[in-house]
Amino acid sequence: MNPSDVKTTRRDVLSLIGSLPLALCARPSAAAASTLTFGELYSKFGVLGLEFSERVKTLSGQEVSIRGFMAPPLKAEAAFFVLTEIPMSLCPFCSSDADWPDNIVVVYLGEKQTFVQPSQTIEARGVLEFGSWTDPETGFVSLLRLRDAQYAAV
Amino acid sequence: MRMLLSALAATTFLAGAVQAATVYPLDRATILAGSPFDFKVEFDGVIKPEDVKITVNGQDYKTVLGKEAEFVAEEKGKEDKILGSALIARGLTLPVEGAYKIEVTAGSETKTVTWDVYNTGTTQKAKNVIFILGDGLSVAHRTAARIMSKGMTEGKANGRLNMDDLDHMAFIGTSSTEAIATDSANTMSAYMTGHKTAVNALGVYGDRTPDSLDDPRVETLAEAIRRQTKKSIGIVTTSEVQDATPAAVVSHTRKRADKPEITGMLLDVKPDVVLGGGSAYFLPKETAGSKRKDEKDYIKLFQEAGYSLATSKSELETVAGTNTGKILGLFHTGNMDTLLDRDFLKKGTVDKFPDQPGLVDMTNVALGELSKNPEGFFLMIEAANIDKMSHPLDWDRAVVETIEFDKAIGVAREFAAKNPDTLIVVTGDHTHGVSIIGTVDDEKPGTEMREKVGTYAAAGFPNYTDENGDGYPDKIDVTRRLFLAATNGPDHYETFRPKLDGPFVPAIQNEKKEYVANEAYKDIPGAVFVQGNIPKEGDSGVHAVDDVVLQSTGPGSEGFKGYMEQSDVYRVLVDTMALGAKQTN
Repeated sequence: MNPSDVKTTRRDVLSLIGSLPLALCARPSAAAASTLTFGELYSKFGVLGLEFSERVKTLSGQEVSIRGFMAPPLKAEAAFFVLTEIPMSLCPFCSSDADWPDNIVVVYLGEKQTFVQPSQTIEARGVLEFGSWTDPETGFVSLLRLRDAQYAAV
Repeated sequence: MRMLLSALAATTFLAGAVQAATVYPLDRATILAGSPFDFKVEFDGVIKPEDVKITVNGQDYKTVLGKEAEFVAEEKGKEDKILGSALIARGLTLPVEGAYKIEVTAGSETKTVTWDVYNTGTTQKAKNVIFILGDGLSVAHRTAARIMSKGMTEGKANGRLNMDDLDHMAFIGTSSTEAIATDSANTMSAYMTGHKTAVNALGVYGDRTPDSLDDPRVETLAEAIRRQTKKSIGIVTTSEVQDATPAAVVSHTRKRADKPEITGMLLDVKPDVVLGGGSAYFLPKETAGSKRKDEKDYIKLFQEAGYSLATSKSELETVAGTNTGKILGLFHTGNMDTLLDRDFLKKGTVDKFPDQPGLVDMTNVALGELSKNPEGFFLMIEAANIDKMSHPLDWDRAVVETIEFDKAIGVAREFAAKNPDTLIVVTGDHTHGVSIIGTVDDEKPGTEMREKVGTYAAAGFPNYTDENGDGYPDKIDVTRRLFLAATNGPDHYETFRPKLDGPFVPAIQNEKKEYVANEAYKDIPGAVFVQGNIPKEGDSGVHAVDDVVLQSTGPGSEGFKGYMEQSDVYRVLVDTMALGAKQTN
């Protein structure tokens, strides 16, 4: 067999997982949350900056759900975690080489929840907010956030 | 037994607790005459200033060093822990060569160090210096690049790499001031300052205070060139321009991760050509993609300082012919993609940054621009991704990067052929734990990939082809390919195959901050689990302590021979440019 025929990409793994039934906690909500994917966050990638997509701008202030992976918490008591498109392989504070990818979503939880394994796909649901904001406790600067969020393994 | 052990530990501890001051620069430091450096003494205890006695070659230090040091009664560590008293004098110079014996006493604390202050000739040996660094370049990378790029028949190479014909060589020791091991920061810093330092440090001795920007500084090569010459300076890399290697040319920080500050240090020195990735640290924090924590817009600041900006390969071509004499080329928000991803597989982040130049393109533009200066130039070229791909054990990408690195060496050699007053230095900054042990042959019988590894005679020769003669294999996933094996790493799955879907991610972190094998590769046919042999906090393969091979050609290259510390390389560079003397008449 030629190795080029063997392609088990993360994306395949994701879509496989994606076909499993959802197990989100029920939550009173006037409307179902719109789904947003990592591929839909930006309309432009460029050296001089990224541009948020119209979809992000339209959904800002509304409840959305995004699927991704939970990066290990910055510190145990942090009020937020970082959602990434692929499992984080670098820890931002244990290696000077480590850097976050540019397409991350910071998730502020409504209530404390337990950590899930980094290889586990999760769906986070919360109110979408974009624009530069510095976390007062950690100094962590984020550009895209979910507020009052919760998550569940999918 | 346990009692005996603890008794033993106690005596050992006591023996280590004898109070001794620490003096920076450290013992056996080599210092270029006239080169500014900071002098610092750290005492273990809190002492009175009148109890301190410092002599240099038997005379009061102020007479010889020409300055009174500032006394710090209490240096504070984390959570205001008192670390002891200190003396600091910044920006000293010693204009006369020779041995300088510094003796420090304060109560029971004593320390003696000796510095070797050296000078250069007054006439430069070469007008231009091209310093080409393969980050992480190990012997396996170069052997694999030769076999993959040129092929082999009956055991003899079918062609030679450009680096194969550089006539002077040395083995370079890369250890740091606190460990046998090293990282890119302190080794490149040693190359660029002549002083060894600590892991993660650039252009400073790593002191004990938490502040990363207050450590005792030593002059960088770029600063020495600016001080003594009118030469141009160029920095070319495939990583972020703030990454350790390019940063070491200009920066002073205890923490290589101070990338926003390093961006400012680049602007302070203003190299005439700066090409690479890392635009995220140039953008103000409101801009999506920025990694700054302030509103500073370094794109604008560089443009105001007279730089022409290029953000893609096509813009770089345009700017090469129409620039203002200073070029800032930023082609990625982070590290640039590898050649394999850029030109062959279109993976990694090539979909987001489709028009990135390669190392050869950037080298050509840099040489074209810098060579306009009749006074000459210093150009640092880094093939960063040899290291960036060796860490995640992605050997195919690392080897293809090595071929590109060799092509950049070819461009430099062509330049030197036309401009013989050019010194070329080719080296790595540290090695990786990797060796070629044979081949993997898909055609061998069975389904177990491990059984398809050919060693000794069974290895045969790989079947890469290069129909178009570009020096790169037409495809990386041939049926009989080189097998490079890692000596170390985290838990991971060995797939025995090139990673065609993007760079390998061997391990990911769990909630205990431990790295576990990335299960994305688990189900690839024939993949085997490899138990890691480094601490579980390690995300990828580590640097090796093995010597680096340095090669060189041109005037001044005769200074490279035998075994040298990486800090000794600096002396050959400054000697070649005669930086002990003003060259600006």
